[in-house]
Amino acid sequence: MSKVKRPGLWTVIFTIISIGYMFPIVLVVINSFKDKVFISSQPFSLPNSETFVGLANYARGVQLTEFFSSFGWSLIITVGSTALILLCTSMTAWWIVRADNKYAKTLYSAFLLNLVVPFQMVMFTLSWLTDFLHLGNPFGLWIVYLGFGAGLAVFIFTGFVKSIPHEIEEAATIDGCGPVRTFFQVVLPIMRPSVVTVAILEVMWLWNDYLLPYLTLDMKKFKTIPIAVQYLKGGYGSVDMGAMMGILVLAMIPVIVFYLVAQRHIISGVVAGAVKG
Amino acid sequence: MKRSLTRWGWLFTGPTVLAFMIGFVVPFVLGVYLSFTRFTTVTKSKWVGLANYKGVFSDATFLHSLWYTAAFTIVTTVLINVIAFVVAYLLIKTFRGTNIFRSVFFMPNLIGGIVLGYIWMLLLNGILGYWARSITYSGSYGFWGMVILMCWQQVGYMMVIYIAGLQSIPTDLFESAEVDGASRRQTLFNITIPLVMPSITVCTFLTITNGFKLFDQNLALTNGAPSRMSELLALNIYNTFYGRTGFEGVGQAKAVIFLLIVAALAMLQNRLTRSKETLS
Repeated sequence: MSKVKRPGLWTVIFTIISIGYMFPIVLVVINSFKDKVFISSQPFSLPNSETFVGLANYARGVQLTEFFSSFGWSLIITVGSTALILLCTSMTAWWIVRADNKYAKTLYSAFLLNLVVPFQMVMFTLSWLTDFLHLGNPFGLWIVYLGFGAGLAVFIFTGFVKSIPHEIEEAATIDGCGPVRTFFQVVLPIMRPSVVTVAILEVMWLWNDYLLPYLTLDMKKFKTIPIAVQYLKGGYGSVDMGAMMGILVLAMIPVIVFYLVAQRHIISGVVAGAVKG
Repeated sequence: MKRSLTRWGWLFTGPTVLAFMIGFVVPFVLGVYLSFTRFTTVTKSKWVGLANYKGVFSDATFLHSLWYTAAFTIVTTVLINVIAFVVAYLLIKTFRGTNIFRSVFFMPNLIGGIVLGYIWMLLLNGILGYWARSITYSGSYGFWGMVILMCWQQVGYMMVIYIAGLQSIPTDLFESAEVDGASRRQTLFNITIPLVMPSITVCTFLTITNGFKLFDQNLALTNGAPSRMSELLALNIYNTFYGRTGFEGVGQAKAVIFLLIVAALAMLQNRLTRSKETLS
């Protein structure tokens, strides 16, 4: 927008701040290569010939937490839930705006209520209900996440649908399209920007969610990455700091890759979501 | 169109509504009901009226965590918004590297709360180790530890929203201010801040609700130690449910109160800042 007086100086200042900002992550990476006894005693020193252990921490962490199966379950839950949420709630949101009857209005109010309710309010009863309905597996969680996440997705989608001119859809109707064809062939392509927004927000939430899967999944069979990390702390009295550092690094790698690949979409998705939300 | 829409309503809303019943409506209604009962499982409950709610207010840990959470939310809301605004204000200027700096500040948002908690545990305990202390030494250590963590995580998110708000201000407004001889300070307070009010509304809303609902970071960083002194509301409710048998009803009553607080805050905040927006 505006020019600063000394651009070079600002670049230097922000470079220093940015390096400082990344320091916590760098520190974890450094310590992931050190023997566990030296992590607590000298966290800020670089690994040397005495403390360096190569990939031993990673190997032990992966083994203790069954990291790769956690990665798989996290992926299945995140991708499946996001896809289901996008499909179902975009249909619902469009229908709510266009049908605009008493049922649609009641439904919309219920979704708004869902937006403000903290998870603690339903945590006990939801975990009982998923257990009762045998949904305590990664595929069952698709439905649970669709249910608990519906409010935000419907809210963003309805905001977007309201900005779409009605005439295009009417033209499709005159050409003989029913609501289903109108939605999938005409409306959904127009909704693409908001679909990306919702997808980004859902992925950021679902991939990192801890409590809901922890309370609903059958822990003997399924763990997600956040659960695996927490399990390392909880399961063994004193924490194996070496394994912990290895797992923390492994847990961050997919996130950083995702960020580097989809950075532009993530930032614009967050902005669009915030304006609508 | 409307008539055929009504006919297809089951297809468009059916799956979402069914899942919504399972994931929200039924647990919510049951949750409200159970807050008036004594129960150990959902199917075994006995009506006790307001006894659980009385139990909540005679629970010192709840009152402590309520106060602790309120203080935490106020501090983080102010800090995050001020820092994020300043960073956004600087990073919309033209100098080399602004895009990279924005990316760096945003990145912690993608790392989950549990992982963030352990990252900061390593760093903070490493620093406090020089004084032979740790993050769980006292409730105020946990408080400031979580404040630092939250700022580190959320400044980038709010910065992105502020950047979008700042960029939407038409540049001719700044030009005419310059022609009129407005100082930098005058431009900032009379043009920039009033015009980014919508972003301020969104960001304060997000930081307030995030502060009140914080759970994962709290669990990983301090887990409430020492002796529940660093326990935020969400963790307090969790521990009441799963830490003490016989107190499930009290836990559920706490959750209802928690919901009422969050909902009231959201409404109040929205009304306050929206009224400021119309002035601009």
